[in-house]
Amino acid sequence: MSITIQGVSRQFGDFTALDEVSVEIPGGSLTALLGPSGSGKSTLLRVIAGLERLDAGTVEIDGRDATALPPQRRGVGFVFQHYAAFRHMTVRENVAFGLKVARRPKAEIRARVEELLELVQLPGLADRYPAQLSGGQRQRMALARALAVEPQVLLLDEPFGALDARVRQELRAWLRRLHDEVHVTTVFVTHDQEEAMEVADRIVVMNAGRIEQVGGPRDLYEHPANAFVMGFVGPVTRLGELFVRPHDLQVRRQPNGTTAEAMVERLVHLGFEVRADLVLGDGQRLQAQLSREDAEELELARGQIVFVRPSRTRQFADAAAGPPGV
Amino acid sequence: MPSDPTAQATLERPIGPPPLGVATTPAGPARLLLRFVALGYLAMLLVLPVGAVIWRALGHGIAPVWQAITAPDALHAFWLTVLIAGIAVPLNTLFGVACAVVLVRQRFWGRRLLDAVIDLPFAISPVVIGLALILVYGQAGWLGSWLADRGVQVIFSLPGMVLATVFVSLPYVVREVTPVLREVGIEQEEAAWTLGASPLRAFLQVTLPAIRWGVAYGIVLTTARALGEFGAVSIVSGRLAGQTETMTLYVENRFEGFDLVGAYAAALVLASLALLTLLVMTRLQRKDGS
Repeated sequence: MSITIQGVSRQFGDFTALDEVSVEIPGGSLTALLGPSGSGKSTLLRVIAGLERLDAGTVEIDGRDATALPPQRRGVGFVFQHYAAFRHMTVRENVAFGLKVARRPKAEIRARVEELLELVQLPGLADRYPAQLSGGQRQRMALARALAVEPQVLLLDEPFGALDARVRQELRAWLRRLHDEVHVTTVFVTHDQEEAMEVADRIVVMNAGRIEQVGGPRDLYEHPANAFVMGFVGPVTRLGELFVRPHDLQVRRQPNGTTAEAMVERLVHLGFEVRADLVLGDGQRLQAQLSREDAEELELARGQIVFVRPSRTRQFADAAAGPPGV
Repeated sequence: MPSDPTAQATLERPIGPPPLGVATTPAGPARLLLRFVALGYLAMLLVLPVGAVIWRALGHGIAPVWQAITAPDALHAFWLTVLIAGIAVPLNTLFGVACAVVLVRQRFWGRRLLDAVIDLPFAISPVVIGLALILVYGQAGWLGSWLADRGVQVIFSLPGMVLATVFVSLPYVVREVTPVLREVGIEQEEAAWTLGASPLRAFLQVTLPAIRWGVAYGIVLTTARALGEFGAVSIVSGRLAGQTETMTLYVENRFEGFDLVGAYAAALVLASLALLTLLVMTRLQRKDGS
């Protein structure tokens, strides 16, 4: 069930949410729409669902033009950041809603609801109300509700955004496993590059209403198309015109002709990883990322003089648009 | 609401400083004075007059009261009042909910104007509303002459009285539903759409249950206002006893004609209806708070 989006534009007053966006989402994939807030990623998701009107462009789902179809007839399941649980209905009634609308026989509805609650690990909570569930449980209920009608496409809008870090971590892994089981074409929106990298097999990076790059997590990290993508999908530090990942910055105690002299301004110990803020002779700041072992071997300390050399760099024509030494 | 433990605590401790950490009104004499003024104000303006009506009505026993309220004109006035409320309240409920949906969910030119105009009946004296209705729907009015040619008489008959009542009680449902609807948002409805529900079904099954206490509260207020309306209805009705006389008009009519027992008995019926709506209202508030 592939999705093809062509030349889609959407304007809200003076604000351009989507600017002639075209993208192809292959059937069965788990795709992340990644971007900062205001990049148009949620609008694009709502466009696929039919919840947002278009100013221009077309949306095809499974090869059929869906541009004029209302959300009821697109075969999409939608999961909202704040769950959109039907508050006055029990968990069972929530999950059964779509099946009741479709007028399925009662016995079938009952069996399907049980099956889905099993799938989202909520058995035994069928008669609770949403208010009696935790955030994570509510979101899993919302997912079961969306899956009940066997959508061709599952759309999730910042599904873990309202949850605390630990639950978010659990649900990410769980969503990945669920997708491997159910195989429904899934698109989810996130502003968290780590979440996108961890869960998705394809990432669409968006910025200011446009698509910057589409690719696999590793692809984007290793071969970013421009300074924006380089800065958004991972940490980056600047060395003049060059963009360097902090872990690609080699730190030595001795100069070797190709190195630059720098002073350690600050050290941050994060368990396995050590981050060093460095200042070059000309006042330029940069960051290095080392393993704990390497840092111990170098006997890094604040105020110490070291010599650095990037092992891998990238240069972009749009360097000015890139993030300032994040 | 009653579930608030601090409110309970202050109620049970009428004298002395509040326990640490409980925010209440200033301590000591100032607090007692404040309470005295608040209760005294209520007693003088509300409890005493309403109590007096009940006392005066029942002063000569139940029999004259029963006789007065079962008089043909009184009965007619009673049924006419209920009939008018029975038409005006459903109309304003439908209009009010629809209007709240438009105000909360749509952005269009003139939305702020509409928002302000809704409150007009709160601001304008009902007498003015009555006169305005006569200007439009009277025999010589813009719409009135057109309607009269087609055999529909609005002023001095039921349609005009319903119009006047609809007008004065129009804002209540809108004002009660708007904030609740805004708080509920549209996401639940959107979720229902993606699950295949039509917009109407999504609204009725998903949003309406979520805003039902707001709607119910609005209906109660509208009903109370419709039952008690005097000024606008007085102008457009022509006040024909036994024909276009509502409960409030009947009370005034009896009072002017020195039939005090009749006036107080009818007033008692009106007051009882008001107390009943008040009772329903507090029950709804309690449910809403839980």
